[in-house]
Amino acid sequence: MVREREPLQQQQQQVSYTVEQLVAVNPYNPDILTDLENYVNEQISSQTYSLDANLCLLRLYQLQFEPQRMSIQIVARILIKALMAMPAPDFSLCLFLIPEQVQMEEQFKTLIVLSHYLETARFHQFWEEAAKNRHILEVVPGFEAAIQAYAIHVLSLTYQKVPRPVLAEAINTEGLSLDKFLEYQVANSGWVLEKGNGRSLLIALPRNEFNHPELRKNTADGIPLEHVTRIFGVLV
Amino acid sequence: MVSSYEYDDGSYDSRHPSSAASQPGGDHGYDPNFVPDSVKTFVGHLYRHIREKNVYEINQMYEGSFQLLSERMFRETPWPSVEAVAQYVDKDHVFCLLYRELWFRHVYARLSPTGRQRVESWDNYCSLFGVVLHGVVNMQLPNQWLWDMVDEFVYQFQSQCQYRAKLKSKTEEELQLLKQYDQAWNVYGVLNYLQALVEKSMIIQILEREKEGLEQFTATDGYDYEGGSNVLKMLGYYSMIGLLRVHCLLGDYHTGLKCLAPIDINEQGVYTIVIGSQISTIYHYGFANLMLRRYVEAIREFNKILLSILKYKQFHQKSPQYDQILKKNEQMYAMLAICVSLCPQTKLIDENVGAQLKEKYNDKMVKMQRFDDEAYAIYDELFSYACPKFITASAPVLEEPLTNYNQDAYRLQLKLFLYEVKQQQLLASVRSFLKLYSKITVAKLSTYMEVDEATLRTILMTYKHKMHAVNSDGKIINNSDVDFYIIDDVVHVIETKTPKRYGDYFLSQILKFEEMITELDKIKLD
Repeated sequence: MVREREPLQQQQQQVSYTVEQLVAVNPYNPDILTDLENYVNEQISSQTYSLDANLCLLRLYQLQFEPQRMSIQIVARILIKALMAMPAPDFSLCLFLIPEQVQMEEQFKTLIVLSHYLETARFHQFWEEAAKNRHILEVVPGFEAAIQAYAIHVLSLTYQKVPRPVLAEAINTEGLSLDKFLEYQVANSGWVLEKGNGRSLLIALPRNEFNHPELRKNTADGIPLEHVTRIFGVLV
Repeated sequence: MVSSYEYDDGSYDSRHPSSAASQPGGDHGYDPNFVPDSVKTFVGHLYRHIREKNVYEINQMYEGSFQLLSERMFRETPWPSVEAVAQYVDKDHVFCLLYRELWFRHVYARLSPTGRQRVESWDNYCSLFGVVLHGVVNMQLPNQWLWDMVDEFVYQFQSQCQYRAKLKSKTEEELQLLKQYDQAWNVYGVLNYLQALVEKSMIIQILEREKEGLEQFTATDGYDYEGGSNVLKMLGYYSMIGLLRVHCLLGDYHTGLKCLAPIDINEQGVYTIVIGSQISTIYHYGFANLMLRRYVEAIREFNKILLSILKYKQFHQKSPQYDQILKKNEQMYAMLAICVSLCPQTKLIDENVGAQLKEKYNDKMVKMQRFDDEAYAIYDELFSYACPKFITASAPVLEEPLTNYNQDAYRLQLKLFLYEVKQQQLLASVRSFLKLYSKITVAKLSTYMEVDEATLRTILMTYKHKMHAVNSDGKIINNSDVDFYIIDDVVHVIETKTPKRYGDYFLSQILKFEEMITELDKIKLD
């Protein structure tokens, strides 16, 4: 399952050709630091994402570590973007590069807690905590939608049919707006609404090899050709 | 001339008058200018073989004679200075650089390098790589030596980072040297040399072209049979592995794996020819995958290499790298124990490797399943034992108060790893319950787990999330041994059983049988 990462990346390449190239050609040059910082802001305004460029910037910060040179604001933005890239482990990848004393910064502590809730699928706590820290998160457009997409990803790994309240909690949407959301998914993404055991509504999520393991290709049956070639000599 | 590169500073020996004077203190009558006959012969022959491009003989001397002489004559002192031996090799510039590379490597391995020697070794690498990058080198050197060069370069960098991060115990003179030569072993310099070797060698393009059948590289083990030089090409190739290692030391696993990407580790590539290169590649590749939560990938590669070490280690007993091989072997078992504890894909492990793993770590692995304080202590212990020697690569702050920060990088990686372990703490117990059922309600399972239903649902989702890795293409890869899906409030469990693979079994039996018949045919009965 690739989620919507692909189209996003294609977009990025168009927008970012030059900075991406800088990173590819000249990754170990402290002079590109400012370009990379600007590029983080560009990723935010254009709703694109480049892990490579952001890691490159964190690495440059790390290598010429002067705390005053490191922009807390930029690092926070990188971390928020990394949260939005879940289920990929980008957030950890960033933390590996941020010195421990910097991680003590209040904003970062909050983001680390948010990441922890997402990593352990505690969506209820996540949305509560996110609401308290709206001032940090609202800088980055698309944040809520990205986390919802991650929640739906985890749900569809886990459930063939998910009870409506579980879905509601995971994507932090209720009542009328949830009805609308469901209507949209039924029309566009192949979701099916069903009656549960008398109580609440069930939502059948699209089949995939993770929630329908029987769809997984059984690779164990075949023998690779190169193994067979070993006995060619014998067969002749 | 070893190379057609002419050094414009005139003769070599005028450049480094200081090195002879800076031997480690208290050397027992070491005279850097005294060249024993055996060394004269050694350098003379080595020089001749290099000129004649006799890779086989070079390798014999490099792997055999150099070790032997080091063992017999230079156990506690450095080799004779390059100035003293230069006259026996026509003062050949490139040969002198190669000799000095060996000279410093010997000092690093057997003695302890002084602050000045560290700087001089860096200078020597700069000159050597400078010649390779900008001169026209026409040598053909053994892969083993070229690998050792890159490996040693990264090792000395790592060693320097540890050295300059321990500032408390430095003498005034050592601090002065660090200040004066702040560019020596600078992290950008190191990374840029490796990167330049990769680019200038065009190795990535060579590997690409090889895939299309337009070029031979793997088939000739990287050597050039048409009179060209293999030096730049192989240094570039090994630099990709060097970059993986440096990035791992910095905690940048994603970029490290990207640097290695041109090498397809599923193929029998050139990296497998030199055992040290193969081990370094897989050790760092596996470690990076472990940190990226790609457990199955890590298990698969650790298993492969541990099996091959198990099979072939007796062939390396005499190798100077033997101790290093054994050490990495043990470290990789520790990492395998970690991977399998987090993601029990034991069916991926060969039975011989599995037996070793059990023998070494069975008790610890049982405890790691419990996720109490003792379990954390074991994760901590194994990680600390098996992880690379992380570095803080930024320039040292040479102002008072001087501090030691050589442990900082390691502590951060350890902390984040244990954080990950903590996030997975309930997965082992939910897994053990799931194994017992083919169907169980959320309510019932939550009573067994002693949590409420909502919490159980989060645990089940965490299980799914943590047991699915994202590979380098952004694809989701299932890593779970026990899998399930939920319909409403019933959990349906599937234990993935791989059916026994008879095909491979039959293939190997056919081969064995054929061998036996050939053996029997050979026997002539009177």
